[in-house]
Amino acid sequence: MSEAADIGEAAVSENPFAARRLGHRRREKGVSLVLRLAAYFILGCAFYIFIDIIAKGAPVVFKAAPPFVNTEFFTKSPETLMTFETADGVFHKMNFPEYSRFKEKNPGLEIVEEHSHAFSGGGIFGPLVGTALLTGICIVVAFFIGLTTAIYLNEYSSKGRFMDAIRLAIMNLAGVPSVVYGLFGLGLFCLVAPVITTDPKADALFTLRILFTDRYLSFQGWGTCMLAGGFTLAVMILPVIITACEESLKAIPSGFREASLALGATKWQTIAKSVIPYAFPGMLTASVLGITRVAGETAPIMFTAALSHKDKLPWEAADSLGGFFAQSVQAMPYHIYTVAARIPQSEYTKPMQYGSVFVFLLLVMGFAGLSVFLRIHYRKKIKW
Amino acid sequence: MMSDPESQQTLSPNRKGAEAPAVPSDIVIEVDDVHFHYLKGRDILRGVSMEIRRGEVTAFIGPSGCGKTTLLRCFNRMNDLIPTAGISKGEIRILGTDIHHPRVDVIELRKHVGMVFQKYNPFPKSIYENVAYGLRIQGIRDRGKLDEVVEESLRFAGLWEEVKDRLDASGLGLSGGQQQRLCIARTIAVRPKVILMDEPCSALDPISTATVEELITRLKKEFTIVIVTHNMQQATRISDRTAFFYLGELIEMDRTTTIFNNPSKKQTEDYISGRFG
Repeated sequence: MSEAADIGEAAVSENPFAARRLGHRRREKGVSLVLRLAAYFILGCAFYIFIDIIAKGAPVVFKAAPPFVNTEFFTKSPETLMTFETADGVFHKMNFPEYSRFKEKNPGLEIVEEHSHAFSGGGIFGPLVGTALLTGICIVVAFFIGLTTAIYLNEYSSKGRFMDAIRLAIMNLAGVPSVVYGLFGLGLFCLVAPVITTDPKADALFTLRILFTDRYLSFQGWGTCMLAGGFTLAVMILPVIITACEESLKAIPSGFREASLALGATKWQTIAKSVIPYAFPGMLTASVLGITRVAGETAPIMFTAALSHKDKLPWEAADSLGGFFAQSVQAMPYHIYTVAARIPQSEYTKPMQYGSVFVFLLLVMGFAGLSVFLRIHYRKKIKW
Repeated sequence: MMSDPESQQTLSPNRKGAEAPAVPSDIVIEVDDVHFHYLKGRDILRGVSMEIRRGEVTAFIGPSGCGKTTLLRCFNRMNDLIPTAGISKGEIRILGTDIHHPRVDVIELRKHVGMVFQKYNPFPKSIYENVAYGLRIQGIRDRGKLDEVVEESLRFAGLWEEVKDRLDASGLGLSGGQQQRLCIARTIAVRPKVILMDEPCSALDPISTATVEELITRLKKEFTIVIVTHNMQQATRISDRTAFFYLGELIEMDRTTTIFNNPSKKQTEDYISGRFG
């Protein structure tokens, strides 16, 4: 061996950075692979859900020819779809009302292979309207109660056991399963919430006669209606809204409050003029995001507001404003549950299923997008 | 600063309702053996007594934690915001009235005793609305009146020439020194009798500091000023009287020239000569 090689070998054996234990690197690679696969799994799930729904749902909603959107799907409520063949072997597919007219027009017609597919015809107008109304009521109620609670907690309350109890209650409410909220809403809003009426029900919890009138304050509940559903959803989303509003309030620099107070403003003036206006965008975006979540809840509205099928839209069935809010409605999540799990499946039910889910997904994503947009918009506007 | 000095340095007579009760002497604030605590049983201020005179700039100096800002925030009862804090003993009289008397409304007190903060904190509103804030919360809606007071206050704060063309622009778009002068304009728009300043220049560069200091010397013609400062040169430059605090006690208070040239207490001398603190 040459001298040069000797030196080289010595240098290698004395490499201070040589691996001490074999398998070290292999284990590192293994761990990295497992972590990576777990992350990919999520990606795969999301991908599968979206691709599947878009692939099968988009053709139902969009059309190749103008107006490019399946208007019937958005303007009609769900109907029963009839499929049949006439004796001459022609295949027919039509909604039930059309089918009735068709049979009237052709009295002597012989029909074979007749099938009815519940909920598979028409569109999703009824459920869309119902969901819009429920979330609308929910956002008004939840935002009002949530905002006032947050203002109280953050600006007025002093520390103490009672406050700890309130915070604990809020935290615990966030963990209650949605089906329990459904039962709570049924028990409170549908069965015992107070109404003012001239004709109280016999099974009301109790009734109070309002002085000097023939009306009664009757704790008989609102029945299954959109008001009860909206309130139930509102109670469910309250913890999220309260927390979001409180965080937004906390983010307002205390310098604003001090400056305002030092100028001789009262506490409420300070809050109304120098705190809420700057906290409002944050509250709003977080609340919109929260609403997105409740819009998709099935269990709470199943007990309190939603019907799987209803012929009339709320404004068609109601004769007064009070009557309007006392209407039960169809709603998207419950509709999807119905068409997916409670009707006999056939190839004709698929378009309704995927179409509904696709539209609902778009709706929820739209809300989430709106919230992101609002946040960016207001961040740009307000700086301190 | 840039417009003619006459128009800047006078303020129109006080608005109706802002008149303070007449006090016989020229003493605006009397502090009488005040003990103050943030947590019960632990006094931060221990037996402070002093008198603050009308039309003077009084500087509070002392090492951090000595209680000078605490005392300053007692004067407009800003410490009320801390639930556990309070005065354990003693009395503070402003314009002859005990400010903790049950019949004193803290809101009215703060209209008479304005405050400028360490970190300039304009509202994220327009320059105009920042200055008009104090009047608006008093329910003044008359645009002419508001315009008048806004212009006067900005002129007095030496900011008018710099911002008169962009009154609708956000107050946050100004430089640091301008923002602090905007805060001062906002404070004087309410026409207080006393202006409390809590290290108003500590977040500013030397040039802005000079501008604000020049403003303060102009302010004392109309207002009584109490200023907390960590900058002893600043105290010598702008104040008429200086109070030196140490560990919650008022060690010495005298004319600024006396305090800095011929202090009577050893601790004061040690502090101002930079031996501690």
